Amino acid sequence: MTTTGFTDGGLDAYLQAEQGGFALDSAIQADRGQVVAVLGPNAAGKSTALRVLAGLQPLTDGWVRLAGRTLEDPQTGVRVPAQHRRTGLVPQDSLLFPHLSVLDQVAFGPRHQGLTRALSRARAAVWLDRTGLDRLASRRPAELSGGQARRVAITRALAAEPQMLLLDEPLAALDVRAVVELRTFLHHHLRDHDGVTVLVTHDPVDAMVLADHLVVLDRGTVVQTGTPAAVARQPRSAHIAALVGLNMVRGRASGTTLHVADAEPAIRVITASPHEGEAFCTFAPTAVSLHPQRPVASPRNVWRGTVSGLTPHGDAVRVALDGRLPLLADVTPAAVAELGLRPGVEVWASVKATEVHVYAA
Amino acid sequence: MSPPGRRRLRPRSAHGATGAPPWQLVLPALVALSLLVLPVIGLLSRAPWSTLPERLADPAVLDTLRLSLLTATTATGCCLLLGTPLAWLLARADIPGRRFVRALVLVPLVLPPVVGGVALLTAFGRQGVVGQWLDSLFGVRLPFTTVGVVLAQTFVALPFLVLAVEGALHSADSRYDDLAATFGASRWQTFLRVTLPLALPGVASGAVLAWARALGEFGATITFAGSYPGTTRTMPLAVYTALNSDFDAAILLSLVLLVVSVGVLVLLRERWTTGVAA
Repeated sequence: MTTTGFTDGGLDAYLQAEQGGFALDSAIQADRGQVVAVLGPNAAGKSTALRVLAGLQPLTDGWVRLAGRTLEDPQTGVRVPAQHRRTGLVPQDSLLFPHLSVLDQVAFGPRHQGLTRALSRARAAVWLDRTGLDRLASRRPAELSGGQARRVAITRALAAEPQMLLLDEPLAALDVRAVVELRTFLHHHLRDHDGVTVLVTHDPVDAMVLADHLVVLDRGTVVQTGTPAAVARQPRSAHIAALVGLNMVRGRASGTTLHVADAEPAIRVITASPHEGEAFCTFAPTAVSLHPQRPVASPRNVWRGTVSGLTPHGDAVRVALDGRLPLLADVTPAAVAELGLRPGVEVWASVKATEVHVYAA
Repeated sequence: MSPPGRRRLRPRSAHGATGAPPWQLVLPALVALSLLVLPVIGLLSRAPWSTLPERLADPAVLDTLRLSLLTATTATGCCLLLGTPLAWLLARADIPGRRFVRALVLVPLVLPPVVGGVALLTAFGRQGVVGQWLDSLFGVRLPFTTVGVVLAQTFVALPFLVLAVEGALHSADSRYDDLAATFGASRWQTFLRVTLPLALPGVASGAVLAWARALGEFGATITFAGSYPGTTRTMPLAVYTALNSDFDAAILLSLVLLVVSVGVLVLLRERWTTGVAA
């Protein structure tokens, strides 16, 4: 865990808030200059977390402290309105003001921090120059592509020189090329931003690439926190395992054998290193081999499954298997043809024990 | 210009899938259309075309027209200044009894205009609830003045503007307001720089409706402000007065009112629809 330097420009938040169906209950902390990614599936409470931080929705309990200032604390009755929070929000669908030119969009924040029209436009021009959008300055939002609109929205938030930058799914709903460009753009400008950045995303790749620290949310509560590398190495829920593209099983370990939880009759997973008690074990889809018949050779872990889906995954094909142990396997396109893989086909899957990692639950 | 072929395609293909429109709908529609168009044709056919130029040159006609345009435009301005904030309160603010307030706004819409005029007299007349104070404190008397005409027109036109603007505010995305707040804008700044520009098409159509209603106002005006040439006799009142003495003059005044109102509406519509699309 990072230490919270909220007095030194950092964020220290413990958020409890109402949202449709369940309650948000989550701690989010970041040092000045750090990027925290809030990662989770749809309706995990990510957008609610952003709205609460921005002051657009009240906390039911907890606190928000930013840069030495308490922005909200229901117990003491403190609630700084959104207008005075010094945040820079990038909404999910950019939400550019349709009646303002790009220059005036970006000048909007400075203008409402008390600068004159001329000075705020001058500052906007500097920011547009910095983010490489100066040639779009006179355009209207309707004349921008999705990727351009997103970059303008990000520049608009940066130009407000916020103590906390809030990004809601900045890479969602764009075409592939725009995503690649925008990821580079974000990487560059988030690193330069010296306030706190909170980034909400459902995409583990974005979170891993852009963030210093991850907060994994599911149904409003924190499932896991840590550096991107640590979370990817040892996910603590099936959902995150799926997000980072790992097969994961939970069960009770005894020596090098893990008995899968709630499996009747028993399913065993043989692991490389011994472990005792409740544990997770994970293995990559690339570690799974598929065979038309039960393999006779050495692999210790062999299960039967039915192909339920095939999707391209880089140079490989990711095969989803249904069965008593649902699995993901990455195979070459040649293997797909050779094995005649298509939905409904039965195959055998094998994993070497040395490929299975085990850690305490 | 789009090719003529494509223009014709659209309505054809629209009913091509479901067959020809049923006569049960076409017949009443044609009756409705003739009901709307026949009176206008009547007006045009009975117009005193031969004496038209000299009658139009009559300064009395121009004075009446000027008074009508002045009062209707001023009333529309009052509606904009007062009605837009009211519409904002109804659409965006947390006010108690919102439904009751909205019902109050609609009253002039369902009230017969003459009754509206009587009601205005009881409020702003010399013996009225407010009128007697205006008179004794400031020496201001509203009935039977041009200001009284504007008041009567504002009274009947205001609901049109409030309804149109409130509708526009409801359909405008309030997340823009939230976003403006996070950038440090106060609610007033947000209203001026975000909410109002986004609702502008609704405000414009509301203003057009209010203007048309004010221009045609008769009942409340004649009851509250009387019919004094030069100060309170607007075009509709002049038409009514002329009916009793000079039928041709009545038709002429009606024609002028028709041309001016339709002309202004078409002009504004053109301007605003292109403005909004850009």
